[in-house]
Amino acid sequence: MAGATRSNSATRVSRPLLGLSLAVYLFLYIPLIVVIVYSFNASRVQSGEWGGFTLDWYNKLLHNETLLNATLNSLIIGVAAAAIATVLGTLAGLALHRYKLRLLPVLVLAPVAIPEILQAVSLVLFFNAINLTLGMVSIILSHVAFCISFVAIVVRSRLQGMDESLTEAARDLGATPWQAFRMVTLPLIMPGIIAGALMAFTLSIDDFVITFFTSGPDAATLPLQIYSMIKVVVTPEVNAVSTLLMLLTLILIIIANKIAPSALQAK
Amino acid sequence: MALLEIRNVSRRFGDFLAVDNVSLEVGAGEFFTLVGPSGCGKTTLLRMIAGFDQPDTGQIVLEGKNLEGTPPEARNVHTVFQSYALFPHMTVEQNIAFPLRMAKTADDQIKPRVAEALEDVRLADKGKRYPHELSGGQRQRVALARALVNRPKLLLLDEPLAALDAKLKEQMQLELIELQREVGVTFIYVTHDQGEALALSHRIAVMNHGIIEQLDEPSKVYGFPKNRFVADFIGTCNLWEGTVTSAGERDFVLDLDGIGTARAIPNTTTKAMPQPGQRGCLTLRPEKLRIAADLAPLPEENSAAGKVHDFLYLGDVTIYIVNLDQGARIEAMLPNAASGRTRFFEVGDPVKIAWRVDAGHFIDG
Ligand SMILES: Nc1ncnc2c1ncn2[C@@H]1O[C@H](COP(=O)(O)OP(=O)(O)O)[C@@H](O)[C@H]1O
Ligand SMILES: [Mg+2]
Repeated sequence: MAGATRSNSATRVSRPLLGLSLAVYLFLYIPLIVVIVYSFNASRVQSGEWGGFTLDWYNKLLHNETLLNATLNSLIIGVAAAAIATVLGTLAGLALHRYKLRLLPVLVLAPVAIPEILQAVSLVLFFNAINLTLGMVSIILSHVAFCISFVAIVVRSRLQGMDESLTEAARDLGATPWQAFRMVTLPLIMPGIIAGALMAFTLSIDDFVITFFTSGPDAATLPLQIYSMIKVVVTPEVNAVSTLLMLLTLILIIIANKIAPSALQAK
Repeated sequence: MALLEIRNVSRRFGDFLAVDNVSLEVGAGEFFTLVGPSGCGKTTLLRMIAGFDQPDTGQIVLEGKNLEGTPPEARNVHTVFQSYALFPHMTVEQNIAFPLRMAKTADDQIKPRVAEALEDVRLADKGKRYPHELSGGQRQRVALARALVNRPKLLLLDEPLAALDAKLKEQMQLELIELQREVGVTFIYVTHDQGEALALSHRIAVMNHGIIEQLDEPSKVYGFPKNRFVADFIGTCNLWEGTVTSAGERDFVLDLDGIGTARAIPNTTTKAMPQPGQRGCLTLRPEKLRIAADLAPLPEENSAAGKVHDFLYLGDVTIYIVNLDQGARIEAMLPNAASGRTRFFEVGDPVKIAWRVDAGHFIDG
């Protein structure tokens, strides 16, 4: 039958493609899987031999003051930067949508494309110029700076998917501009805002380059701490903390993904 | 005093004059329709009445009050949008309660009024649904209920039925007429569908390129079009150009291009008797033509001969396209009243047509 023939040729075409995608996925995930597996490996040396299952490294982690401190720093920075970036990014997204100016999108969205190292250097120069001591505050400000664009992009795409006549309908039915925003626009772009906030938090938690440049001597974040640990020797504790970080990121991505599809869907 | 007065309103977008010096009055309780081809400025005019856009010149006056500077929320005017614009994150009830809440209606009054509004549009059991769980026709009715719940002075409807299929459209047209009569709110209805305009309205304004070509009752617009555009846009119409050859007491004779000599009566509105040598256009609806294989014209009839070029079988009627021997191509309509007979002529059949002297409507110039 014609249908059968067609599906046969379809499998023939897709077999090499399937192999290729599998290879790509393996390449992406094998290092991660290795990290996870070794975080439960009782053998101390990273020689590849399996010394039995253990939760020791996780236990050690709980008593590692430096790592815990770095984690706390990361969480504080992540929450603060995400909160500020979400407010500012939402406003930027609204402005991008409202005022169709030629230059505005470039200015707001450029940080996404600018090399991180450039951003890092310019931020350090800027903080020097305003005499701000490098530390938690400078890190938070830097993270806000690069997160705003991402939030603005998500919020704007949500606004673009929204029927323009909805806000007009609200005004038409008696709402002031502020009421129309609060009761119609804001609830409708909320999924975008939440997705943007989660994204900002994730970006902040694992940022290395910019944080490295803008952190002071006593404000190490988790990525910085991990880096300084593996420079000396790769301890299984690093595997454990990386696994936890991975888990956190994964959860955030899943949540954002749950919200984001509806953020792009025009009901 | 008219409920709404539009005085010399113009709106320009760059070089483009979207609304060109429009003046009109709409009375309380009227079902008023703006009809015209796409892009003629209907929505632009409606948006200025609603307050989403400002006229460059001219005034919009509601109940004697100039609306200049009054924002949309402060106008006693509501709009039914073409996309319905129902709030997707609110239930049907919450949507309908929205204008009541904005008007600071007491909480204990909101519930009964929402229920009543849902009754009015026969959606009493759908209050807890979300808009995306409703059919197109139901959404349409929710939009109507929401716009009417706090009884605005004026309801603007921008092509509200354009997205519905033909059958549902007809049903909604009947519902709209009934609803308007029931609630007594003045409707300004926008459509590009001339049939809809004729069916619904008390009065029609035919728009083209930002100006109003004619403002009249439906039967006047159809029967006595002011100019060629209106004749052609409203319904189907034969437009026959010709030169007046002689004028009598009550009628005149003209030589119609590609058709021949015919008698006609002066324009019923202007009543001016055309003078010999003058050019003009005789507009004649296809249903006013008699068509037969052979016929002897009555004394009060004009006639011509030709061949059937093509026909459109529409079920209730058949439209015949006839090439006249003198060169013109005309349209005639025959009702398919005789049972069992689906067509009277075949392509190529010789036919005669005849029309009464007073059947045509003469447009001077
Ligand atoms: N905001 C605008 N900017 C520029 N041109 C516009 C704008 N709104 C409408 N127009 C133009 O004005 C004309 C009339 O539009 P509109 O009132 O929407 O027509 P209609 O509703 O009769 O189809 C169109 O040619 C349209 O392109
Ligand atoms: Mg329109």
